[in-house]
Amino acid sequence: MAHPLLSRETVLDLVPFGDSSQAGRYALRLSLPKWEAWSPGQFVMIRPVEPAADVLLPRPFSICLVTRRDLVLFFQVAGRATAGMARLTPGSRVVIWGPLGSPLAVEPHVPTLLLAGGMGIVPFIGYVHQHPTPWELSMEFGHRLPLSCYPFDSVNEKILVDPHLEKTPSHRDAFLAFVDARIGEYAASGLILACGPAPFLRAVQTSALRHRARTQLCLETRMACGVGACLGCVVRAVVPQDPDIARPLRPDYPAPSALHVQTCTCGPSFWADSILF
Amino acid sequence: MNKLAVTLADQHVSLSLKNPVLTASGTFGYGLEFAPYGDLRKLGGLVVKGLSLVPRDGNPMPRIAETPSGLLNSVGLQNCGVEAFLRHKLPLLPSADVPIIANLYGASEEDFASLAGILGAEPAIAALEVNVSCPNVKQGGAAFGQDPFAAAAVTEAVRKNAGDKPVIVKLSPNVSDLAAIARVCEAAGATAISCINSLSAMAVDLAGRKPLLGNVLGGLSGPAVKPVALRCVWQVCRAVSIPVIGVGGISSAEDVLEFILVGATAVQIGTANILRPDSVFRIVQDLPAACEKYGVERWEDLRGKLAVD
Ligand SMILES: Cc1cc2nc3c(=O)[nH]c(=O)nc-3n(C[C@H](O)[C@H](O)[C@H](O)COP(=O)(O)OP(=O)(O)OC[C@H]3O[C@@H](n4cnc5c(N)ncnc54)[C@H](O)[C@@H]3O)c2cc1C
Ligand SMILES: Cc1cc2nc3c(=O)[nH]c(=O)nc-3n(C[C@H](O)[C@H](O)[C@H](O)COP(=O)(O)O)c2cc1C
Ligand code: FES
Repeated sequence: MAHPLLSRETVLDLVPFGDSSQAGRYALRLSLPKWEAWSPGQFVMIRPVEPAADVLLPRPFSICLVTRRDLVLFFQVAGRATAGMARLTPGSRVVIWGPLGSPLAVEPHVPTLLLAGGMGIVPFIGYVHQHPTPWELSMEFGHRLPLSCYPFDSVNEKILVDPHLEKTPSHRDAFLAFVDARIGEYAASGLILACGPAPFLRAVQTSALRHRARTQLCLETRMACGVGACLGCVVRAVVPQDPDIARPLRPDYPAPSALHVQTCTCGPSFWADSILF
Repeated sequence: MNKLAVTLADQHVSLSLKNPVLTASGTFGYGLEFAPYGDLRKLGGLVVKGLSLVPRDGNPMPRIAETPSGLLNSVGLQNCGVEAFLRHKLPLLPSADVPIIANLYGASEEDFASLAGILGAEPAIAALEVNVSCPNVKQGGAAFGQDPFAAAAVTEAVRKNAGDKPVIVKLSPNVSDLAAIARVCEAAGATAISCINSLSAMAVDLAGRKPLLGNVLGGLSGPAVKPVALRCVWQVCRAVSIPVIGVGGISSAEDVLEFILVGATAVQIGTANILRPDSVFRIVQDLPAACEKYGVERWEDLRGKLAVD
């Protein structure tokens, strides 16, 4: 995989999505970093050049799309750092490092089901644009706000997407039941990829394990360094993914059945049967 | 001659560093994580994540919280264990070009002695740093650094088993008389003292009525603790005659000079690495210009030269 790079990039523009009453979701276009390569599912850490007084840590964002001219991120305002990002103007400078983490699995000629909950749609934009056989892809998209609040068209222009508005808990339950049935359909010979909030991913994991369906989950664990150093972003891995800790190190100390591994370097995408979170 | 070079030495052992800027344990992984962001060989020294005899899985999540100008962590010394480190990580580090310093954590004096034996015999390790100050573990950890007798016993045990390696003892600010603890460590054979480890602290979620960290308590680090670290380094420098390594909230070359001004011989960069992975490399790069700006020709011109009436 290509080495990550730290660079200063310039904000090209910041485009709000949805109408003004639903403000709080933005496409952020940055000048193109000199990356050798990147893969959908990877992410960047970002911080403004002049850190805001109340924000110390950098923040992780999925790579939405990289074109020949720019790097696009898509974010929603969740707290202080993202509120600051929503105030960026063209010409502002940010420091970013990436691409980080593991890519989502790409298996050409394997029917692949994409499951997105809300902002979980973001990494799938790059995914559908880069996939060598997009006709093998189909997507179920659960969302609470109108479609205009999401970069929905960027996916829909490439593959067929089935949107599911989840206004009430019963809508949500119906969506999850539908997702469970779809996972069943792909279990025998397909691949399933899911991105979204943790409760959504837990429901997908439960279904995937029940149907024995090959499924990757793209986690959004809180992070600090993003480079594997601080051990602040761990999940319990049932099958350790780090070869260094996979085997028993001493005869008197067998490897435990679950170990903490970093989401930022061993993930953010994990096979659903390999983690507890 | 390299004007930035410093030496950590006692009567028996010594370690030369090409500059006074090291990394702080636990904030720089095992080193290689940062290779994409700078040249590891330019660092004064590389202190790796705390190592225990057997692997440790650490504390439950969440382990990190952001506080005003500070970082709260309760990682709990998760590490791959000393054997996996020696077998898989150390051979990949440029140990011929930058001193690799192993940070030791034990739950008992015997653990520390065994670790010192293993690491002391390893040619690619330049020095040992003894962590008697981790606020995030129930056993051992800060308990050794808070009790002068225990701190002395651990220092002695490591010194006895560490062969010809310098022994740095890392102290906690969570004590009432830091200078006294530093003195007993010096008497017990420490080559140098590093301080401070993170400060015992906590943060809560008011709406959820829960602690923000899975372990409830954590360690505070980052710019918020720099004034505490400066105070500790100043006090310890006045109490001992061995070199002192300043740690805590350092994020610029100017910060480095401040710690040297109060008496430090070298410094470690911690949380700054987490905030931006090229921090320590930038600080090393900026150091000559900062020295020039403040008229520092030789370190002796600045070290401990704080004017106090
Ligand atoms: C690999 C990865 C990829 C991501 N990609 C995107 C993306 O493409 N677009 C996007 O909008 N967001 C994404 N996120 C989430 C984004 O990083 C957080 O929303 C952001 O860090 C919040 O920062 P803040 O200061 O605005 O909020 P904070 O003040 O830090 O937090 C505000 C609220 O959000 C909650 N929160 C913050 N971070 C997280 C988290 N990681 N998981 C769950 N809850 C959290 C906090 O508990 C708090 O209640 C991603 C996260 C990860 C780990
Ligand atoms: C995430 C994290 C992990 C740490 N792990 C260790 C450790 O394993 N051993 C140790 O001696 N100190 C550890 N520390 C303490 C730092 O080395 C340093 O003493 C402290 O953070 C203060 O310096 P700073 O403000 O520059 O970070 C850790 C600190 C952080 C933030
Ligand atoms: S965020 Fe630091 S290890 Fe993952």
